[in-house]
Amino acid sequence: MEVLRTNNALLTIGTFLPLVGVLVMMFVPKGKELLHKQIALLTAVATLLVGIYSLTKFNYGSSEKLQFFADTSWIKVIHSNYTVGLDGLSLPLYILSMVVTVLVMIYSWDHIPSPGNPKAFLILMLVLQVGMAGTFVAQDLILFFVFFELVLLPMYFMIGVWGGEDRQYASLKFFLYTMFGSALMLVAFLALYFQVSGKVPAGEASFNIAYLAEHGGLLGRSVQIWIFAGMFIGFAVKVPMFPFHTWLPDAHTQAPTQGSVILAAILLKLGTYGFVRIAIPILPVAAKAWAPWIGGLAVIGIIYGALGCLAQTDMKRLIAFSSVAHMGFVMLGISTLTPLGFNAAIFGMVAHGLITGMLFFVAGSVKDRYHTLEIKRLGGMLISMPRMGWILGFCVMASLGLPGLAGFWGEFPAIISAYSPAAGLNHNVFRVFMVIAALGTVLAAGYLLWMFQRVAFGQPKAEFAGASTGHPDGHGHGHAAQGDDHGHDDAHDHDDHSGDIHDVTFFEWVAWTPFLLAIVVFGVYPQLMFKIIDPAVNLTLKAFGQG
Amino acid sequence: MLAAEQVAEHAAEHVGWFLDHAFLIPLVPAVAFAIIILVGKRLPMKGSEVGVASIFASLVLAVGVAYQWIERSHTTVEPVIRKVVWWQSGGVEFSVGQHIDGLSVVMLLLVAFISTLVQIYSLEYLRGDRRYTHFFAALTLFSGGMLMMVLAENMVQLILGWEIMGLCSFMLIGHWWEEETNSRAALKAFWTVRVGDIGLLVGTGIVFFGASAFAQESGSNGFSIAAINEWALNDTSASRTVLLWGSVALFIACIGKSGQFPLHTWLPDAMAGPTPVSSLLHSSTMVVAGVFLVARLYPLFHTGLDINVAGQQFNLIAVIGGITIIIAAALAFVQTDIKKVLAYSTVSQLGYMMMGLGVGAFTPAVFHVFTHAFFKCCLFLCAGSVAHSGSHHSFEMKKDMGGLARKMPITAACWIISTLALCGVPFFSGFFSKDEIIDNAHHNGYTVFWIVGLVGAFMTTAYMTRATYLTFFGVARGAAAGVHHDDSHAVAHDVHDTHDVHDANDAHDAHAGPHESPALITVPLVILAVLALTAGYLNAAPFHLEKFTEWFATEGREPFPELAHATFEWVNAMPSIVLVAAGFIVSLFISRGLYGEKAFFLKGITKRSRPLRAGYTFLYNKYYLDALYENVIVRAVAYPISKATYWINQNVIDRTVDQVGLTGQSVGNWVYRNIDQRVVDGAVNGSGAAARGTGSALRPIQSGKVNQYGALLFGAAAIGALVLVIVNT
Repeated sequence: MEVLRTNNALLTIGTFLPLVGVLVMMFVPKGKELLHKQIALLTAVATLLVGIYSLTKFNYGSSEKLQFFADTSWIKVIHSNYTVGLDGLSLPLYILSMVVTVLVMIYSWDHIPSPGNPKAFLILMLVLQVGMAGTFVAQDLILFFVFFELVLLPMYFMIGVWGGEDRQYASLKFFLYTMFGSALMLVAFLALYFQVSGKVPAGEASFNIAYLAEHGGLLGRSVQIWIFAGMFIGFAVKVPMFPFHTWLPDAHTQAPTQGSVILAAILLKLGTYGFVRIAIPILPVAAKAWAPWIGGLAVIGIIYGALGCLAQTDMKRLIAFSSVAHMGFVMLGISTLTPLGFNAAIFGMVAHGLITGMLFFVAGSVKDRYHTLEIKRLGGMLISMPRMGWILGFCVMASLGLPGLAGFWGEFPAIISAYSPAAGLNHNVFRVFMVIAALGTVLAAGYLLWMFQRVAFGQPKAEFAGASTGHPDGHGHGHAAQGDDHGHDDAHDHDDHSGDIHDVTFFEWVAWTPFLLAIVVFGVYPQLMFKIIDPAVNLTLKAFGQG
Repeated sequence: MLAAEQVAEHAAEHVGWFLDHAFLIPLVPAVAFAIIILVGKRLPMKGSEVGVASIFASLVLAVGVAYQWIERSHTTVEPVIRKVVWWQSGGVEFSVGQHIDGLSVVMLLLVAFISTLVQIYSLEYLRGDRRYTHFFAALTLFSGGMLMMVLAENMVQLILGWEIMGLCSFMLIGHWWEEETNSRAALKAFWTVRVGDIGLLVGTGIVFFGASAFAQESGSNGFSIAAINEWALNDTSASRTVLLWGSVALFIACIGKSGQFPLHTWLPDAMAGPTPVSSLLHSSTMVVAGVFLVARLYPLFHTGLDINVAGQQFNLIAVIGGITIIIAAALAFVQTDIKKVLAYSTVSQLGYMMMGLGVGAFTPAVFHVFTHAFFKCCLFLCAGSVAHSGSHHSFEMKKDMGGLARKMPITAACWIISTLALCGVPFFSGFFSKDEIIDNAHHNGYTVFWIVGLVGAFMTTAYMTRATYLTFFGVARGAAAGVHHDDSHAVAHDVHDTHDVHDANDAHDAHAGPHESPALITVPLVILAVLALTAGYLNAAPFHLEKFTEWFATEGREPFPELAHATFEWVNAMPSIVLVAAGFIVSLFISRGLYGEKAFFLKGITKRSRPLRAGYTFLYNKYYLDALYENVIVRAVAYPISKATYWINQNVIDRTVDQVGLTGQSVGNWVYRNIDQRVVDGAVNGSGAAARGTGSALRPIQSGKVNQYGALLFGAAAIGALVLVIVNT
């Protein structure tokens, strides 16, 4: 694979910069909470700036090539190198991870979940950022694996320490389940390495992804299928695909808001990214053999996730289940092995990250105010907090795939690409998938709007009805009856949770506006992203004769 | 916008500024929507001025387009197609642009015109509403969506407009979402249409790949509407199956959007929205979108469903249209709510349009869309006028209306003219369009649908006579008689324009009694009534006036299937004229008897006669379709099926996971006690470097549990790896 050897330290800096912040924070006493927040935010912003700098330096004309490439020997004994590079496949996710981290930091400014301790919380978030960015830039399987696993730890602690009532169970399950997957994935990586090294001249074998993609085709069909199976489990657990999804609702529901957002926006994409970057390009024959099964599980996931959503009584758990359905669309696009489907899948990953991330933000803020997410206790949100209600409505519409918002461009092309999958796949099977997936869009509208109706429409429930009108001595911003002008002029400084139900706060606006804008911008002009990913996808799928 | 310059650049030949820039027509309302949402509240008229101005601007542009199109049509009727690549993916270009031909010109004109009147009317009707600004924002975007759809260059753009309308209809029908009935109606509309949209997504996919190879020869792709039509007509190698399934799938979308049987149930409920919304939704936007889609891709449907193939008696479109005409007309008889009568009437008339397309009466069907828009919009606005000034915000004909003709002469006159047009009384506009559909069904050999059309005409006259009598004649009842009974709004099911909305200016209403509405309401009514009277003369077959065909019809020009046309003979029109007259007489007689003051033998007949009562109940319950959908299908999915799925999730899939975890734990404990401690210390831990790293990092936390798991898993994994390597070498 051709590479562009420019700026080779850039990705390393972008990936590891958060660790500098971590180092500084280590030496700051735990009590100086404001200072911790400042350092953490500063570090995240600096990291994002590095990311933006690489955006400006990125050569969009050749986004199929690995750029900012760096390659140094690392673990010599197994020929594993420190290889990083960025191309069109990883660029959107790499940047997304940085943006999400910054926005989550901003949100954390006045939303540190109980039991507090911003020092530890923010350090974990920075470490998490290293893992996420690293996974997307790694071009060596062992390096990829290390970053992939590095992500687990901070998230484990975030859920286990700052989570809800059932956090111990959820965090352990999350950790073990994904680790179980990773174990099989590692096995597959090792097997791949040994198998390939048997086919190439001695000493040449390596864990380099590009190298393996070139030589993976040497392996026999059954070998490929077995190795693919290992990777499949590893990635499918992470995605998560039906039936490996059960860790997700628990983890999401128990995780603090920040954890849920990062989980939805980035962590789930590690799995789909793994398919796109590693499993399918390296093992094309196996990919073809597996594709109908992946597609089948994907559409089962779409319907099953939707039905799961309909059964939920808790808003956050509902959103969590909806991820299962949405990732089904992504996996369906991947399983077609066509550029159209792959592009849709990658677009869908980012869109899902933005939309579902945003939904989790809203859910978190609702929980802060109502101290419950029981759908039947909520209601009339458009009256008690009109702006929050409209934001929720907007996200719901984006999530159910309204054209003109980002979600649609991941869903629609994925559905139609299933009509005509890559050569060699059974068209009739995929056409059935297509119809089932289209049915899933109806169910998506069903559970999302039903939830929206119960949460936002109607009158506020009696138990919260008084809370929104403001206390006589309290904040004098009347919003329930008259005020929902859409200005951003409501920088009320809420320093305490006095139990009143107040509308969107300043920090929430700052953290959310980029998400909301991105949903609209990518919806109106999807070319922004397709332009970057399309060449890389075409190169990836060369083996399938469609490039 | 950027697109503007690019479009202009790409224009091969300049055909006039308006035609070249037709894409601005939907863009103006779209921008206006953003303005209203962002700053509307701060404007002196709370954003409504932006809405009205933008729609009026669209109207001006549309008139310009129509003028230039007509001028140009003397020389050529080549569609004016302009497009820019919006985005591309895997070699597939998704573009936006405009496809201007006769059909889209008519629709642009119609939509912009009706929208303008409805917005003006809303200025008064919604005055003082608590979400006045939001209302105008949504109304403006709604029109923008429809305008976007009718000039769409390709299917993706069409879907965009189609779904924007779906969103806006949701917002507008649920405008007064404090009431649960309203939000339910909004959800129902969205979902039902969404069910049809499965067909839209799937059909677009089928047609895209079907037409792809053919379209690429001419440099476009299978999303392009022009290319699809060309392909369906001219590609002899096109697979029949693909054509058939493509058209069936797309028609399912039209069933949902255009309220055809069996997905018509959302339309009457959509009356929960404010009356101007109903009027707009039922005349020129939203519901005619489905009819428009069939007309837009008529070559595809014509070929795919073998329309007009010699000897064909039935096809999907005609059958669905025919059934819709009859069942909806029958339901209109048992409604007591004036807006619901009109709603079922719309469903029924949409059936005529579909049936017309199904039997090959293309131009009459499109012409019926055109004439219907005027009189149906007028009827709805009349109903709104009655509620606004005559019946104290009630739409109950039996309770709160009657004898209003004398109190509201302008409204009554407009209503009657529009009703005559709707019934197809000769010399009113509806006659020239509807009769042509019926006539052509006969001419093209679709005897069954000819009869259906005639029966439908009879029924239409009959139910409209009933509604007219109940509203404007006979004795004044309830609010129309000046009685102000609060409980009229408490009937949960039929609360529409809820009174709290008008709290602000209720005072003067409550005591004034029925009176004529102000000019902002009556002027649009009069304009529409005049058009209901005259619009038909654009294509009046009896007088050999064919301006509509000459100016706008796509028919007879490439690419378009060849269609046969009936020549108008008064003798052929006689059956329908006689039936309309009969419908009027019979219905008037029965209505006077049933709803008049005198004793009449039919009074209470449905209570006395068992079969009639059964029939009434059956109709009253809307053939139990709503019950089937809501209480059986939706309820089943929403409750038992989803609950069962979730139960399986928790008790089978998740339990398995937990069990594996627990087993792992006990195995781990056993191994730890019996092997690790006694036999080989570190045998397990030594199985992988990564395992050790991870394990030790975790040691302080779960008192070693995670460590054990991890070690065990990695141990197992390492063994697995060995097995794999051995097996495969």
